[in-house]
Amino acid sequence: MSQPSATEERLEHLKHYFIDSDQQFEASKMGMWVFLVTEILFFGGLFLAYIVYRAWYPELYLLASEELHTFWGAVNTVVLIGSSLTVAMAIRSAQLNQIKGLIINLWITIGLACVFMVIKYFEYAEKFGKGILPGGYYTYEGIEHEQANIFFSIYYMMTGLHGIHVLVGIGLMLWLVYKAKKKVFHSGYYTPVEITGLYWHLVDIIWIFLFPLLYLID
Amino acid sequence: MNRLSEFMLPPAKSTLAAETDALFHFINVTSIILLAGITFAIIYFSWKYRRRSEDDVTPVITHNNKLEITWSVIPLILVMIVFGWGFTGYLNLTTAPDDSYEIRVVGKSWLWEFHYETGHVSVNELHVPVNRPVKLIMSSDDVLHSFYIPDFRVKMDVLPNRYTSVWFEAIETGESIIYCAEYCGNAHSNMLATTYVHSVEDFETWLETAGSADDDMDPVELGEQLVTRNACDTCHSTDGTRLQGPSFQGLWGSEREMQDGEIVTVDENYVRESILEPNARITAGYDPVMPSYSGTLSDRQIDAIIEYLKTLQ
Amino acid sequence: MATNEENSNTKKLQVRRFKPEENPEKHYLNEEKGIWAWMTTVDHKKIGLLYLGSITFFFFVGGVLALLLRTELLTPAQSFIDADTYNQVFTLHGAIMIFFFLIPSVPAVLGNFVLPLQLGAKDVAFPRLNLASYYIYVIGAAFTLFAIFTGGVDTGWTFYTPYSATTSGNVMAMTFGVFILGFSSILTGLNFIVTIHKMRAPGITWNKLPLNLWGLYATSLIQILATPVLAITLLLLTMERLLQIGIFDPALGGDPVLYQHFFWFYSHPAVYIMIVPGFGIISEVISTFSRKVIFGYWAIALSSLAIAFIGFLVWGHHMFTAGQSSLANMVFSFLTFLVGIPTGIKIFNWLATMYRGSIDMKTPMLYAQVFLFLFTIGGFTGIMLGALSVDIHLHDTYYVVAHFHYVMMGGMVMAFLAGLHYWWPKMFGKMYSEFWAKISCAILFVGFNMTFLPQFVMGAQGMPRRYFNYIDQFQSFHQFSTIGAYVMGVAFVIMAIYLVHSLLKGKRASSNPWGSRALEWQISSPPSLHNFHHVPVIVNGPYDYHKPMSEFQLGIAASHNGHHAEEAVSVSQSEKEQA
Repeated sequence: MSQPSATEERLEHLKHYFIDSDQQFEASKMGMWVFLVTEILFFGGLFLAYIVYRAWYPELYLLASEELHTFWGAVNTVVLIGSSLTVAMAIRSAQLNQIKGLIINLWITIGLACVFMVIKYFEYAEKFGKGILPGGYYTYEGIEHEQANIFFSIYYMMTGLHGIHVLVGIGLMLWLVYKAKKKVFHSGYYTPVEITGLYWHLVDIIWIFLFPLLYLID
Repeated sequence: MNRLSEFMLPPAKSTLAAETDALFHFINVTSIILLAGITFAIIYFSWKYRRRSEDDVTPVITHNNKLEITWSVIPLILVMIVFGWGFTGYLNLTTAPDDSYEIRVVGKSWLWEFHYETGHVSVNELHVPVNRPVKLIMSSDDVLHSFYIPDFRVKMDVLPNRYTSVWFEAIETGESIIYCAEYCGNAHSNMLATTYVHSVEDFETWLETAGSADDDMDPVELGEQLVTRNACDTCHSTDGTRLQGPSFQGLWGSEREMQDGEIVTVDENYVRESILEPNARITAGYDPVMPSYSGTLSDRQIDAIIEYLKTLQ
Repeated sequence: MATNEENSNTKKLQVRRFKPEENPEKHYLNEEKGIWAWMTTVDHKKIGLLYLGSITFFFFVGGVLALLLRTELLTPAQSFIDADTYNQVFTLHGAIMIFFFLIPSVPAVLGNFVLPLQLGAKDVAFPRLNLASYYIYVIGAAFTLFAIFTGGVDTGWTFYTPYSATTSGNVMAMTFGVFILGFSSILTGLNFIVTIHKMRAPGITWNKLPLNLWGLYATSLIQILATPVLAITLLLLTMERLLQIGIFDPALGGDPVLYQHFFWFYSHPAVYIMIVPGFGIISEVISTFSRKVIFGYWAIALSSLAIAFIGFLVWGHHMFTAGQSSLANMVFSFLTFLVGIPTGIKIFNWLATMYRGSIDMKTPMLYAQVFLFLFTIGGFTGIMLGALSVDIHLHDTYYVVAHFHYVMMGGMVMAFLAGLHYWWPKMFGKMYSEFWAKISCAILFVGFNMTFLPQFVMGAQGMPRRYFNYIDQFQSFHQFSTIGAYVMGVAFVIMAIYLVHSLLKGKRASSNPWGSRALEWQISSPPSLHNFHHVPVIVNGPYDYHKPMSEFQLGIAASHNGHHAEEAVSVSQSEKEQA
């Protein structure tokens, strides 16, 4: 029994418990910002573990990071930064009511995210092949340090969690493409695009921290 | 005051206990006075200002700066006193004098081992001299434990990957209980030990003769004593009761199924292995929780325990 | 953000006032029928009731476990359960009471029900997310129950490593359950923050926000800032057991003290997640039943935020004996005492609110006073434990057990019960038996003190916590404590009976049985499905007891639908009289 207010026509996308589109948009956007704060704290715990162990075993980090391929890490960084750009362009397209441009940009972003995951897959596969497995399954003997497994435990936790976030982002963007094709979005309503964009930027930023912390130690 | 103290706190048997107790009583008494005031105010207001009619008019009092500052600043001063007092007390509790007598303590699930300078190891019995600072250097063989002597008001966690320490100076001879205060599993509440505070001469004598009395004892008798002294009976009953480990009764010569299905006859070698490397072969239905007695028990002592087990049919 | 009524930009509004419908035919409880409609509802009030059902269940389970523990402790050695079972029971009692009862109790039950009503909103900002939080909670609970039936957990609710990394039993399912549960808590907090920021009805400026909402706001901030750290900690612990990643297990090169830092970084603020919303309820109840303007509105509001903030910096006081440096201990001890100040300020403010009020000793007020007394004891004993040298003696003894039960049960549970009895008529449109409610409250008060006062003495005498066996000298204390626990059990049984009776045969409640000025009491009891037919306009603050009741009847703006809460609103005299 959503009662339309006296003066305003209810718009299709406007939920009955909001007063107007502005309020709905601001609430959604703030919700996403708050969520991003929780995400930062979530990863913050891992960064803390990283810092503590780095302070205890600085030489381990030097040795172990040589096992990571800086080149592919750098490629992945460029790929993710590119995808952040395309997601921003997708939002721009939505604002300008260019639904076709929106869909194309979303597809490019999804493509780049997949490239990232594929590179990550090959990096993981190469390490698994060598016996650099997480935790107790670690068998690699190329690093002369007792606690080498801990570095890689942290590495797998950080990049693994980040990878899961990339996968979630891909899922969200596929859903956006589906919605966009159904002509849900227009210049007056593109909130989901905007907040997914925010999420994607965070995923990108976390990687920008992970890359130097894990790959570029010397 | 003294009777309240006896009711609330265990006897103060170390040099620093009195200081801790003084702060305890200070906070207690201050709190009780303030609590009485607050309780009185609650009851008095509830009665005095009870609702007389539905049309009662109440005054508009939104704030009162003087009052609010007063009730912020006075508690602040009080807690700062408590903070300073507590911190200085804490520094005394953690700074051991240089001439302390050192004893190594090892916490194992579920017993305390005390290693003395002579190489003697006692289990669940801490012997210390009176009127002399004693410093315990502690570590754990497995999970976290916490070394706690209420009579001395000292407590410190015992960790597996580093050393921690406590110190105290006993002021009277006698016995005091030692608890494990950090939850460590099944028999956590049985991980008790006793501090024996000796006069200096008695302590010297004890240290010299400790262990040597065993030499001319009958092996079975010695084994029985060792089972108690080394806290074997915390987990292994001698009357068939199932505790954390299999009962000793009827153990000798029996065939037991291990976790991996292997059938083992309990003989000299199995018992010896179980004492020195307890987790090598675990009886089915039990957890691998027993600490190793390697370095704690000599060959002769193990032989004595074996002789004792043979008698428990 | 705050503006005052005398703002020069004041807009004149056409306001029509109306009285709420008494005992409406159609309300949120009966508008949609069937189990399915309940299970898929996005209505904040119904979600609140779903939570109420769930936490009642878990409170019952946790309570039965507590009675098992107390019964076992009647004798110094084994009474009727073995040590393993005992260890599992105390672990579950703690974990269930904390994660499945206390943390969701006030925010998810009372907060969900009352927050949009107090804001003049039709729902929270993200109703579907709200429902999702509930189901996440249910899934987390399912994992925990699964853990109980597949080996149990005997680590204590703190899951300290390395014991938790090595013990048998299903620690993984349990920590994973709590991990999932954390997201429920995070999403609820997120929802509340956005709702409070963006959904306030016109006229509800920050200085007219009910103190209950300030409490919930501070709580939500802690929830979103601290819970993610618990999530990552438990995830690491789960990985520790699954893959032996070695971050917390010393046998693999890890550090158990690091685990404690991680754990308490969440779990200390979590204590404030449990108690701060209680402060909000007590403020509402004391003001309503004293029929008097709240004393020190800003002091109470800001002290909640201050507690939330300092609460993040004191986690180390759980680790005074864990082997951290003296400097760290000093800093944590100092900050711990600072938390005491805003807490004390609140207590004095509540007392000052009662001063010269018109005090009506209804059940919620009785609970509020029980809260004041018990929570004050909890606070003072907290000061005791914050003092470094004394804590060395008292740490991990029954003194600590008694202290946190005074804060958690004497504080939070009493506040929750005050809130439940306060909003009960609004929730169900029924009154409960005032007589039995008071009897039950009195029995609870006696039983509670019987249970936990002796534990202070036992703890100071040196009785360590989590002990299955104990030395004989403590037996009489333990027995007294056990009797107290059963007395409390009786009180809860009485409470269950009169509340169920109220649901079935209770007298109908009027829309505002307590004569409160707060917004949620100006609509019918129970409220309609969408709370407000029109966006209400708020002119007076929720504690303006010096103004006549008629001024608080809901007004609606005739031609203005702006949601800009910062906008000050004034009503001209003639319209007021139309009411």
